[in-house]
Amino acid sequence: MHHVVIERWSRGSSVLHSRDARIKLLVTLGYLIALATTPGLTLARAALYAVPIAAGIQLGRLPAGALLARAAVVLPFSATFALFSVIAGDTARAVSLVVKSYLSAAAVLVLVGTTPLPKLLRGMELLGAPRMLTLVVQFLFRYLFVISEHAQHMRLAALCRGSGGARLRFRAAAGAVAVLFARSFGRAEGIHRAMLARGFSGETPALPMVIDAVDVLFLIVGLAAALALRVIPL
Amino acid sequence: MSERKPVIEVRGLRFRYADGTMALDGVDFRLYAGETVALFGRNGSGKTTFVHHLNGLLRGEGEVTVCGLPVKKENLPTVRRKIGLVFQDSDEQLFMPTVLEDVAFGPLNLGFGAAEAIEVARAALREVGLESLANKAPYHLSAGEKKRVALAGILAMQPEILVLDEPTTFLDPPSQSQLASLLRSLPQAKLIVTHDANFALALATRAVFFEKGKIVAEGSVEEIVERFQWIPRTLREREFTTHQAE
Repeated sequence: MHHVVIERWSRGSSVLHSRDARIKLLVTLGYLIALATTPGLTLARAALYAVPIAAGIQLGRLPAGALLARAAVVLPFSATFALFSVIAGDTARAVSLVVKSYLSAAAVLVLVGTTPLPKLLRGMELLGAPRMLTLVVQFLFRYLFVISEHAQHMRLAALCRGSGGARLRFRAAAGAVAVLFARSFGRAEGIHRAMLARGFSGETPALPMVIDAVDVLFLIVGLAAALALRVIPL
Repeated sequence: MSERKPVIEVRGLRFRYADGTMALDGVDFRLYAGETVALFGRNGSGKTTFVHHLNGLLRGEGEVTVCGLPVKKENLPTVRRKIGLVFQDSDEQLFMPTVLEDVAFGPLNLGFGAAEAIEVARAALREVGLESLANKAPYHLSAGEKKRVALAGILAMQPEILVLDEPTTFLDPPSQSQLASLLRSLPQAKLIVTHDANFALALATRAVFFEKGKIVAEGSVEEIVERFQWIPRTLREREFTTHQAE
């Protein structure tokens, strides 16, 4: 599963992993804005834009091959739009679209591959994202494992009683989805009770994050680099 | 014992679920400081429903007082601080991304500052012997570790009473022993809902038996276990010898 692999990367240790999540979010955002607003992306400039990605992979000690392969998941979508541009006779635009989407995906992967999700969400929250939204994503991520484990158990239990024909399997799967939904609902009630039992009254103050001098330096260099990539004449 | 003030006092508690099921049908119960009481009863006899009334998660008719405070809306924050409830399924209790954040959840809700909450959470983890797991994600823990982290989350709120709902579920025998000695070292009054007679014998000073939403018997753990045959007859010691002889 994708999220398990990336979760494992994010729990590594490197100079990039130890940077504050807010700083990484801001630098990534700066990079994405610079990239998205670059008019008529030439191959030379695209190569320049690839440098921070390579640096990120290097600094974050991420597996380059696996990361670059994962970034390709966006290609089918952008390629579809690129195809329309090609049909319309604008090949340069098509290439630019594909390259921009691929580099953006790689940049986001460097970010999530070096920042555990809880820290990323906390960073987003401190930058102004609504707490309710980040809480929902946090719970979703936490209980994804529990629910997928339930699903695995149910699949094994079904297999133990014979797999039957395709039609029967489909019916069993439909029933399993209903049971999973009911169990998830029960689970949500249980969690809510457990939260109330520990004094939850709608909002829990979040633990603070600390920005150090290296973070500030990283932010300045990162944003300056993004700006430079955007404006340097080639 | 009559001069001592109970830390939990329940009188005539009744509760009916929305579907009409009578879950509690007039429960009277007292728990005194320093004692450990085992609560036995068959599946569906109302044990969990009962403990959810002790900190106001459910509200029925009758009186429930905790440390002299009636369990009602305005007292809930104080009551929930005084009673620590450890749920049967640790996965329901460990919802934060890391162990440390989970244990700090209660103290933060109590209004502790971040640094103080972390300090208290670390101390609670130290108490259950799991400080080294502070930065781990809860889903990476074993069942025994999850149970101890759940207990740390409760201890961090510095409660006067611990209520544990079937704490040995999912635990292997070594984890059960570890939990038993940990609980024995804690000074709080304890109410332990359990099916496990041996666990109760190891910890509890008194036992009560629940049946159809009522407490039908009270006595020493040995008496209750004997009277209700709470160690399954087919699993008792010597019955195996006849099979082995054949």
